[in-house]
Amino acid sequence: MNEDIRFVQGNEACVEGALYAGLEFFAGYPITPATEISEHLSRRLPQIGGKFLQMEDEIASMCAIIGASLTGHKVMTATSGPGFSLKQEALGYAIMAEIPCVIVNVQRGGPSTGNPTHVSQGDVNQARWGTHGDHAIITLTASNHQDVFAMTVEAFNMAEIYRTPVILLFDEAIGHMRERLVIPGKGELPVVERLRTALKLGVDYHPYLPREDGRLPMSDFGGIHRYNVTGLFHDMWGFPSDKPQLVHDLTRHLIDKIQNRVHKLARFKEYYMEDARTVLISYGSAARSALHLVEERRTRGERLGLLELQTLWPFPTGLVRGRCAMARRVIVVEMNMGQILREVQIAVEDPEKVFLANRIDGELIMPPDIKKVLRLVWGKGV
Amino acid sequence: MSVKDYIRERFFPHIWCAGCGHGTVLNSMLRAIEDLGISKNEIVITSGIGCSSRIAGYADFHTFHTLHGRALAFATGVKMSAPELNLIVPMGDGDALAIGGNHFIHAARRNIDITALVMNNRIYGMTGGQLSPLSGCGTKGTTAPYTNIDNSFDTVELSIAAGASFVARTTTYHVKQITDLIKQAILHEGFSVVEILSQCPTYFGRKNNLGSAVDMLESFKKNTTPVGSNAKEKKPALIERGIFVQEERPEYCSEYEKIIEKAMGAGH
Repeated sequence: MNEDIRFVQGNEACVEGALYAGLEFFAGYPITPATEISEHLSRRLPQIGGKFLQMEDEIASMCAIIGASLTGHKVMTATSGPGFSLKQEALGYAIMAEIPCVIVNVQRGGPSTGNPTHVSQGDVNQARWGTHGDHAIITLTASNHQDVFAMTVEAFNMAEIYRTPVILLFDEAIGHMRERLVIPGKGELPVVERLRTALKLGVDYHPYLPREDGRLPMSDFGGIHRYNVTGLFHDMWGFPSDKPQLVHDLTRHLIDKIQNRVHKLARFKEYYMEDARTVLISYGSAARSALHLVEERRTRGERLGLLELQTLWPFPTGLVRGRCAMARRVIVVEMNMGQILREVQIAVEDPEKVFLANRIDGELIMPPDIKKVLRLVWGKGV
Repeated sequence: MSVKDYIRERFFPHIWCAGCGHGTVLNSMLRAIEDLGISKNEIVITSGIGCSSRIAGYADFHTFHTLHGRALAFATGVKMSAPELNLIVPMGDGDALAIGGNHFIHAARRNIDITALVMNNRIYGMTGGQLSPLSGCGTKGTTAPYTNIDNSFDTVELSIAAGASFVARTTTYHVKQITDLIKQAILHEGFSVVEILSQCPTYFGRKNNLGSAVDMLESFKKNTTPVGSNAKEKKPALIERGIFVQEERPEYCSEYEKIIEKAMGAGH
C-alpha cells in the first residue's frame, strides 16, 4: 500500500486538489481564514516551476490570475468575504471575456470586516450575484476534506470546459479544521486540460465563436493567433460592439452555457433519502451536523434523510424538487438567514413545508440546533 | 513593413476626437516596435479604460483591454506567466495614477519588466472632462467648475520614488522622441515609465482656454526643455523631457527564476 494519506487543514486539501488539477499560477493577498492557501502555495508552486505572487491587494490578485490564464496556464486565487467583495469587478471581467479561473472564498462572518476567525455561510448569494450585470456562475462547496479536494479538481475542470470563472465557496470551519485526506493517484480523478484551437497560421481564428458542442477553443497569448480581449460586449473576434442583436446574443450565451447545464453541473450527496419523510438540505460544514443528526435519528427508526448540495450555483432546482416530492417537511440547514432556503422554497411544490435551521452567531451549527427546529416543526418531543 | 501593417483596419475609424494627441502616441509606439523588429506575436498590449485604453484594440498584437486602473495588475499576471513576452501598458493619467495608483507604485517597486506609457492629457476625456490627479491646481474641469484645488502628482518623481528603473518624459510635439524613448523603455529590463504629455483640445483645452490642438502642441514645445538644460535653471517652471533614470536593477521575473531554482533544489 502506497496510499498518500495526510492529516491536513481544509485549506491544504484545497491546495492539494488545485495542484492535482494542474494549477500553475496563483496570486493572492493575506486574509483570514484563507491565508494558509497562499502560504502553502508560496512553498509548493515554485517547486514544480509554477508561480506564486503576493499582490498589492485583492483586486490585483484577481486581475493577475486572469492575465496568467490567457497565456495558457491554470490559475487560482483565494480570499474571504472582504476580499471577495473587492474581486467582484474583475470576476465579472472573467465572465464577460470567458477566461477560465478558480476563485476560493473561505467564508467568514460579514458584512464588512465582520467575524474574521469564525464560520459563516453568508456569501452564498454574493457568489451568485456579487458582480454587476446579468450573468450566470458556477459555485461549488464541500463538507469534508476529501470532497474539498475533489470539488477543487472539479472547479478547474468546469472552468476549462465552460471558459468561465468557478467559485469554491468553503467556510472557516472546513478551512481550518484538520482531518484525514487521501491524495488520489494520478488518473484516479479526471483532469480536463485546456482546449486549444487547432487552426493553423493564416486561418482566421475566432476566439468567441463556439464550436458545435458549445466549447470555445482558446489560443495562448504569445501564440500565432493575435486577438483582442475586452470586458466590453464584443463580436467573435473580440472587438467591441454595442449592436443590439450582438449584445442580446452574448448575454444569452454567457447565461445559457451554464444555466442550460444545471443537471450536468449538479454535484450532491444523498444520505437515507429513499424513504425520508423529513428531508434536511445542507452544504459545507453545516452538512456535517445535519448528517450527524440524521444518523442519530435513524437509529430510532425516524425517517430522516439528508440531501447535501455541492453545486450551489447554478441551483439544482429540478433535483431539489424531485428529492423533496415525497417529503412532508424540508429543513434547510445553513449558517445564514436563509440564502439557500429561498432557492428551496422556489424549487418545491409546497413552500409552506420548508423550514430553516440556522445559526448566525459565528458558531458552527450543531445537531441540537437542528433538533430544536425539528421539535417545533414536528410538534412533539424529539 | 510600414506602420499600417501593425494596424487592425477592421477596428477603424478610431474613437479619438479630431486633434487628440493619442493617435500620435499610437503611431510613435508602432514605429518603435517596427524599429526594434520585434515579432507581433511577442507583444502584449494591456490597457485599462478610457480614451488611452483604445490604443490596444487598434494595434495588431495580442491585445488585452482590461478594467479601469487595473491594466498593470493584469499585465503582471501575463508577464509573470510568460516572461518571454514584451508587455506594453498604455494608460491614461486617471487610469494610471488615480484608480490605478496602487498598482502603478507596486509594479514599479517590483521592477517587473513592463513598459508603462502614461498618456497624460490631464483630464478624464472618455467621460467628458472631469479633473484628474494630473490636472493641476487652478485648472478647470466639469467637476471643478470653481477651479481645481487638488495638487498634482509629478509622474516622473512618483515613478522614481516607487522604484521604476527607467523613467522618461516627452510630449506629443516631440514625436521622434516618443519613438526613441519607447524603444529604450522596451529594451530596458525592468519597470519602465514613459510619460507622454498629450493634448485633449476637446475637454482640457476648451475648459482651460488653451486654444486649438495646434496651440496646445505649441505650448508643449514652449513649456518643455531637455533634462539638465540651462534653460531650466533660468526658468524653473519649464517641464523637463528626456530620460531621468536608467539603471540596471534586479528584475522581478528573473529573480523569481532564482526562487524556482532554490525551491526545486530544496524539495529533496
